[in-house]
Amino acid sequence: MKSKFNIYYLLIIGLLFIASSLKAAEQPTTESASEEGDVKELILGHIADSYEWHIFSSGDIHLTIPLPVILYSKSKGWEVFMSNRFHQNDGSYNGYYIADNGKYKDKIVVKDNNGNESRPLDLSFTKNAASLFIASILLIIIVMIVARSYKQDPMNPKKGFVGMMEILIVSINNDIIKPTIGEGSDKYAPYLLTLFFFIFTNNLLGLIPIFPGGANVTGNIAITLVLALVTFFVVTFSGTKEYFKDIFWPDVPTWLKVPIPLMPAIELVSVFTKPFTLMIRLFANIMAGHSIVLGLTCVIFVTVSLGTAINATMTGVAVVFVVFMDFVELLVAYIQAYVFTILTALYIGMARIKPHHTKHIEESVVED
Amino acid sequence: MSLLTPEPGLVFWMLIAFGIVVFILVKFGFPIVIKSVNTRNAYIDDSLLAAKKAHDELATVKKSSEALLAQTRHEQGKLIEESAKTRDQMIELAKVKAKEEADKIITNAKMQIQTEKENALREIRSEIALLSVDIAEKVLRQELDKNEKQMNMIDRLLDEIEISKS
Repeated sequence: MKSKFNIYYLLIIGLLFIASSLKAAEQPTTESASEEGDVKELILGHIADSYEWHIFSSGDIHLTIPLPVILYSKSKGWEVFMSNRFHQNDGSYNGYYIADNGKYKDKIVVKDNNGNESRPLDLSFTKNAASLFIASILLIIIVMIVARSYKQDPMNPKKGFVGMMEILIVSINNDIIKPTIGEGSDKYAPYLLTLFFFIFTNNLLGLIPIFPGGANVTGNIAITLVLALVTFFVVTFSGTKEYFKDIFWPDVPTWLKVPIPLMPAIELVSVFTKPFTLMIRLFANIMAGHSIVLGLTCVIFVTVSLGTAINATMTGVAVVFVVFMDFVELLVAYIQAYVFTILTALYIGMARIKPHHTKHIEESVVED
Repeated sequence: MSLLTPEPGLVFWMLIAFGIVVFILVKFGFPIVIKSVNTRNAYIDDSLLAAKKAHDELATVKKSSEALLAQTRHEQGKLIEESAKTRDQMIELAKVKAKEEADKIITNAKMQIQTEKENALREIRSEIALLSVDIAEKVLRQELDKNEKQMNMIDRLLDEIEISKS
């Protein structure tokens, strides 16, 4: 998964390099540098979260959905207003404004008495949060429709949409959850299915370029952080005595445990690296996918200044590549949800470890 | 670098959204689906098992019926054979009896014939005797027409008697 991330970056850098070098041959270098900067800005701007939901711009018309901004600072208390207030008040509202550059670029900041920028507690309902809620409502509606269909008529085989969902649900349950957790998987199956469908829905919604989708939700580290944290807590709370014993007092030669707790330290670190890798993997894959699709789309606009022929050719190439990448992203959307679920299930299975058999034999030998 | 620092605001909203989704789906969503699918799977398994059992039973019934048919056929054959044997026996017996009867009749007939023959012979004999006496009488009468002859006769007879007396 990590190598895939690198490949994405290499590809996108390579494409940008090609675009810029083609341009550099004809145009003065200063302009190319600025356009390169524009592309970077555009991609990062689309990947990053935003206080408003920009739908489209045509000339001077900008269609954006304002979203609520919720702020708290010690000096000003709670502050709730819509994000379009910034436009109405020349970019600032009640002392708050969105930083253009610096450490808190694109975030709401406030200037203190010394003129230093600082961030208030920012609980704004941002674009990602809105997309998150749309996906959540969609997911709840879909699953409740499926569940209701089962409640009304549990025995008949399902057709159409419910049948498709059944295939997905059953395949996740039978191919991932049951084999990896083993005995007692029924207790975890609903959560793991929810996890899978939550990630999958958000991934898919992120691939739709127009309004209800397009937000880089699962490619945002805050989202994956929460998912990884929940996994961490679920794993830790399902840990058996044997699991914790293996961490703090593993079956290794004593000099590896005392006086320097070398193995316990390694084990303890691995407990935290597991959810950490989950967090980074999902975030990096989805973010990279969004970046490369955006980058490829930008090729069309970057090559405008190279003349009609090159621009037309590059447009064709870019469209083909974007379509291809969208299909790959469709696959990635499933694979990443799958991987997150299977690894969570695996960690839960490992935490529910039963006492080793060898130990019993040793004990019985000692008793003899 | 801002990409790698989680926003507290988004973490907050994510906690709420994910919490709601997990609560609703874990409580009302997936358990129903899983339970129904499991129930249905169990039902299908049971049905398959029952079908297999029924199939096996049918095969057993078929086998036993075939065995019964074969046995019946065998018995039929045996019966036919037996009846043929009985028939033959009866015919044989009848033949023997008929022969006996015939022999008896023949023997009787023979005996009767014998008796008849004897009777006839006896009658013929007596007839012949009577006839011969008659003939002798006639012959004697003819012979004794003349005195002389009568006298000769008497003499001879007398001689005979004398001879016999002496």
